[in-house]
Amino acid sequence: MSRTVLDSLNTGLLTALGTNADVLLLGEDILDPYGGAFKVTKGCSTKYPEQVITTPISEAALAGVAAGLALRGMRPVVEVMFGDFLTLMTDQLVNHISKFRWMYNNTVSVPLVIRTPMGGRRGYGPTHSQTLEKLFLGVPGLKVVAANHFLAKESEEPGDMLSRLILETEEPVLFIENKLQYLLPLKGEMQLQDFEVQETFDKGDNGRRFPVRMLGVKGAPKPVCTLTAYGYMGELCMQAMSKLAFEYEIFCRLVMPTLLSPFEVDGLIASVKETGNLVIIEEGTGTLGWGAEVAARCAEHHMHPIKGLIRVAAKDTPVPAAANLETATLPQVDDIVDAVRKLTGSHD
Amino acid sequence: MTDSELTYYRNMLRIRRFEETILEQFKRGVFAGTTHTSLGQEANAVGVISQMLPENVIVTNHRCHGHFLAYGGDMRSLFAELMGRSTGICAGRGGSQHIHWRNLYSNGVQGGIVPIAAGMALAEKRKGKDTSVTVFIGDGTFGQGVIYEAFNMSSLWQLPLLIVVENNHIAQTTPEESAIAGDLAGRFEAFKIPAVELDTSDVVEIAGEASQLYAEVHEEKSPRALILNTVRFGPHSKGDDTRSEEEIEALRSQRDPLKISEARLPAHAVRQITQEVEGEVGQAFELALADAPASFEEKTA
Repeated sequence: MSRTVLDSLNTGLLTALGTNADVLLLGEDILDPYGGAFKVTKGCSTKYPEQVITTPISEAALAGVAAGLALRGMRPVVEVMFGDFLTLMTDQLVNHISKFRWMYNNTVSVPLVIRTPMGGRRGYGPTHSQTLEKLFLGVPGLKVVAANHFLAKESEEPGDMLSRLILETEEPVLFIENKLQYLLPLKGEMQLQDFEVQETFDKGDNGRRFPVRMLGVKGAPKPVCTLTAYGYMGELCMQAMSKLAFEYEIFCRLVMPTLLSPFEVDGLIASVKETGNLVIIEEGTGTLGWGAEVAARCAEHHMHPIKGLIRVAAKDTPVPAAANLETATLPQVDDIVDAVRKLTGSHD
Repeated sequence: MTDSELTYYRNMLRIRRFEETILEQFKRGVFAGTTHTSLGQEANAVGVISQMLPENVIVTNHRCHGHFLAYGGDMRSLFAELMGRSTGICAGRGGSQHIHWRNLYSNGVQGGIVPIAAGMALAEKRKGKDTSVTVFIGDGTFGQGVIYEAFNMSSLWQLPLLIVVENNHIAQTTPEESAIAGDLAGRFEAFKIPAVELDTSDVVEIAGEASQLYAEVHEEKSPRALILNTVRFGPHSKGDDTRSEEEIEALRSQRDPLKISEARLPAHAVRQITQEVEGEVGQAFELALADAPASFEEKTA
C-alpha cells in the first residue's frame, strides 16, 4: 500500500507533537479512539495525551484560545472539522490573529497553524462541501497554504510541510487540506509513470521556502498550454493532462503553488511565457476568487502577454447534495479538457 | 489613610489628567481618529491592577488608557501613540485601542479578547507558573456570543483567569436596560464561575476585593469574575453622549473616585500630588508633541 496524504499529515502532526512539548493540538472530536472526523489526528492523543485537547463545539473561542496560547509562547495547531466552519472563526482570523504582529509593531509573534479540509464530491451538501479559502486570501498577516501531494526527488511531503510550519512559523498559517486528497497516494517518481515533477520555490517570508510543483508529461514535446491549480485540483488536472496527451496530443504543463496568500507569480509566468495559454482551475466559486487574482497578476506582467485564458471553477451557487447536481456544479476533468481544447484551437 | 492610598490617588489622577488632556486637545486637532476615555472609572483600573503580581497578564479593550497607565505604562509613549508619533507604544500603528507593552495587550473589537485571555491563561497554567490573566470587559461586551464559549472553556479547563466587568451601564449610547436580559452575575454562575459584584467608586474597596479574588485564582487555579458597577463621566468616544448634563453632573458629585479618596487624604498631600501629576502630564504631552511622526520603518528587535 502506498502512503497517502492522510498518512503523511498524521505523521506530520505526531512529529511536531514529539519534537516540541509546547506544540498543542486542539479541536473537536480529535481524541482516540475516534481520532478526528477524517482521522488525521489518529494516535495523537494516545501518544501525547498532555498535548492534545478536545474542545467544545466553539470554533470562535477555539481560534481565540489558540491565539492566546501563541502570544504566550506555545505553538498551537487547531483542527477545524470542516472548512465550512472557518466562517465561525472569521473575527479571530481577520481582527485578532492576523493583526497582532503588525499592529503591535512586530513586538509579538503568533505561531499558530489552523488546518482544515475543504471540498465537495462526497454528497455532504451546501454547508459541508465548500471550498472557502478564497474568503481568507489577501488578509494581511495571514498565510494561507495548501497541501500538495506531488513529489519531486527532494520534495517534502505534505506532512513534512505541516510539521515544519507548526514547529517554525512565527506567523499564523491557515493550512488547507481536502477531503478527497486525504485518500490519494503521495505521487513521486514511482507512482507517476507518465509524468515528471519539478520543484521551484516561492520565497515566502524571511526566506522560508514554499514549494511550487510543476507537472509535465514525460518525454512530451514543448507544452502549448499552462494549467495552474492547488491542492486536490492538481489531481484532476493530472487526469485532464493525461487525456489531452493521449487522446488529443495536446501537451500541458501544470503549475501548483503551495503558498496561496500572499503569493508570487514568477513560477507561473515562466511557464505562461513559454505556452501563451493559461487555464486556471479552482474548486471554489469562480467569481472574485483565487483564479481572478492569478489572472490579474499575470496580466500585470506586460512583458509576457497571454494569448488566451480560461478560468475553470465551481458554479456560483451553493454545492448541492444530490450526486448528479453536485457533479454538474463542481469542476470536473472534462471541464479542464474542454477549456484547454478551446484555447489551443482543437475544439470540435 | 495609608501610603498605598496616596499611591492609588496619584495613579487615578494620572489617568484623569491624561484623558482630560486627550479630550481637550482633540478639539484643537492635536489628536485625530478616535479615543475612548475612562473618566469616572479610574478606581477600577487602579484598584485591580495594584493587586496584581508583576508577571500577570492583562488583556484589555478599546477603553484601555487607564489600564495601561495603572500597569506602569509610560505616559509619553501613550500620548505619542495617540498622536501618531514614531515613539508611540506601537510606533503609531495601533493608536488608542490597539496597544501592547510588556504583558498588556489590547484590541478594539468587542468579545474576541476573552477567548484570547483564556488561551493565555491556559499557557500560563501549562508553564506551571504561579501567574494569572486578567481580562477587562464592559457591559456592552455581554452582547457578544464568543464570551460565553470562553467562559465555558475557562471553567471546564479550570484556567487562572480573572474576568473584570466594568459595568458603566451604558454601551456607547445604549443603556443596559435595552441590551441585557437577566443579570450579569447569573451569566457567570451558569458556568460555575464565582462572581463578586461591587457597586462602588472607592478604590480601596475595589483593591480589597481584587486582592481576595487574585488569591483564589492563584491558589485554586480557576476563574473568578469581578463585576464592578461603575460610572462613565465622559462620552463613549469624543462627542457621542446622549445623556443630559444633569444626569452626568449627578454622577460626578456622587461617584467620583478622586473625591472619595480626597476626603480621606490630607489636603497638603492632595495639593502636592496634584501639582506633581499636572507637571508630569504636561511634560509628557509636550515631549510627545515634539517627537517625530510615525513611519513605516520596521522596528528591529
